[in-house]
Amino acid sequence: MKNIKILTLALTVSLIAFNCSNDDDNNMSMEEPVLDFSGTYSQEDQMGRPAVNTVFNASADKDAFNVTTPTAQSAAFQSKFEANLLALSPAYADGGMNALGQDAAAFTGLLATDVLNVSLDGTTTFYDGEPANTLSGRALADDVITVELLLIFGGEDFTENPGLSNDNVSENDKTFLTSFPYLASPH
Amino acid sequence: MKNLKRVLGIGVVAVASCFVIAADHIDAPEVSGGNSDITDFYAFQAENEDNLVLVANIQGLISPANTAAASFSENVMVEFNIDTNQDNVEDLVIQAIPRDGKMYFFGPVAPSQTGLNSIIETTSTAGGSVAISSYGGAAVTASNGGMSFFAGPRDDPFFMDFARFTQILTPGDDDGDGEEETAFLPAGSASDTFAGTNVMSIVVEVPKSMIGGSGKINTWVESKRK
Repeated sequence: MKNIKILTLALTVSLIAFNCSNDDDNNMSMEEPVLDFSGTYSQEDQMGRPAVNTVFNASADKDAFNVTTPTAQSAAFQSKFEANLLALSPAYADGGMNALGQDAAAFTGLLATDVLNVSLDGTTTFYDGEPANTLSGRALADDVITVELLLIFGGEDFTENPGLSNDNVSENDKTFLTSFPYLASPH
Repeated sequence: MKNLKRVLGIGVVAVASCFVIAADHIDAPEVSGGNSDITDFYAFQAENEDNLVLVANIQGLISPANTAAASFSENVMVEFNIDTNQDNVEDLVIQAIPRDGKMYFFGPVAPSQTGLNSIIETTSTAGGSVAISSYGGAAVTASNGGMSFFAGPRDDPFFMDFARFTQILTPGDDDGDGEEETAFLPAGSASDTFAGTNVMSIVVEVPKSMIGGSGKINTWVESKRK
């Protein structure tokens, strides 16, 4: 009898232990852990067209620009962009325009809503010399800095301030891929 | 030329230290050099002309020696915003967020809320995931539902003689030749300041039919932190 009681106790203990470990197994699950995507994510940086925040905003405005929605950017920043552009480039003085036919107000009015316009109907480029393709996307090989320098300094026909309107670096240091993921392998 | 220099001098004062680093690299104090700092955004027609490619690069100027240790933060979500009706408010988003060595993509999907604060749209039926590529290994890609995905280190595709640009905009002689720099260097002498550096890239290829189909859309990329 004593042996049975001990055996029963032992069995009970082992059953409890088994149940515990079994429960643990259920809780832990053999499946992949459930991923936690909960919570609110708050904006820190944003970008549409290249170099807009870098070139056209003063230091004190850069953080604010990054957390202003595109719909609110023009009202908050266009006049500052225009003042900075006029201070930076002589090409817009006395009603001067860029090669897109824009004066300082029109050019900065375009840039101050910082979204990248993209065509879903064919060629996608920031600028390739073909007027119909202007601002239809941004391809990896697009020389966007020279285009922006030309629009800032180059005047109506891209001939003004030639020393400032081309940085003379016109391609990447690595060749892009023709297939996904398109960007070159790291150095 | 003297007038130009004077005008440029005023420009330097007025725009002050805003010429930090180009496309969007290290663009603002709050994000500069951190794991939410967007360096560049690209959108272009894919090899398959029915698709569009969206590229977000973050964490610029990573040297080869530091690239193996570079990583995506699980607290930072990168969000591609797509406006299909020309009001500059996002109608669709594609969100990318890393977990346990994989990058998870949600969308294109109409966001629960537009603007500066977002939740992860986990109920989106579109999307997928891809293992984050490691430095030195082949690019790992994945496809699901007509979309393709990549996340990992890549060569920084941006190019510019940023060093010379800085010299031009900084008053006085910066390169030791006794003269103020007033122009870019000629081809051959100019050099790409970003040559030899890497970024952390997120690349999504998506059927145009899922983001408006035809016509023009407006796009931009955001980084958001939990």
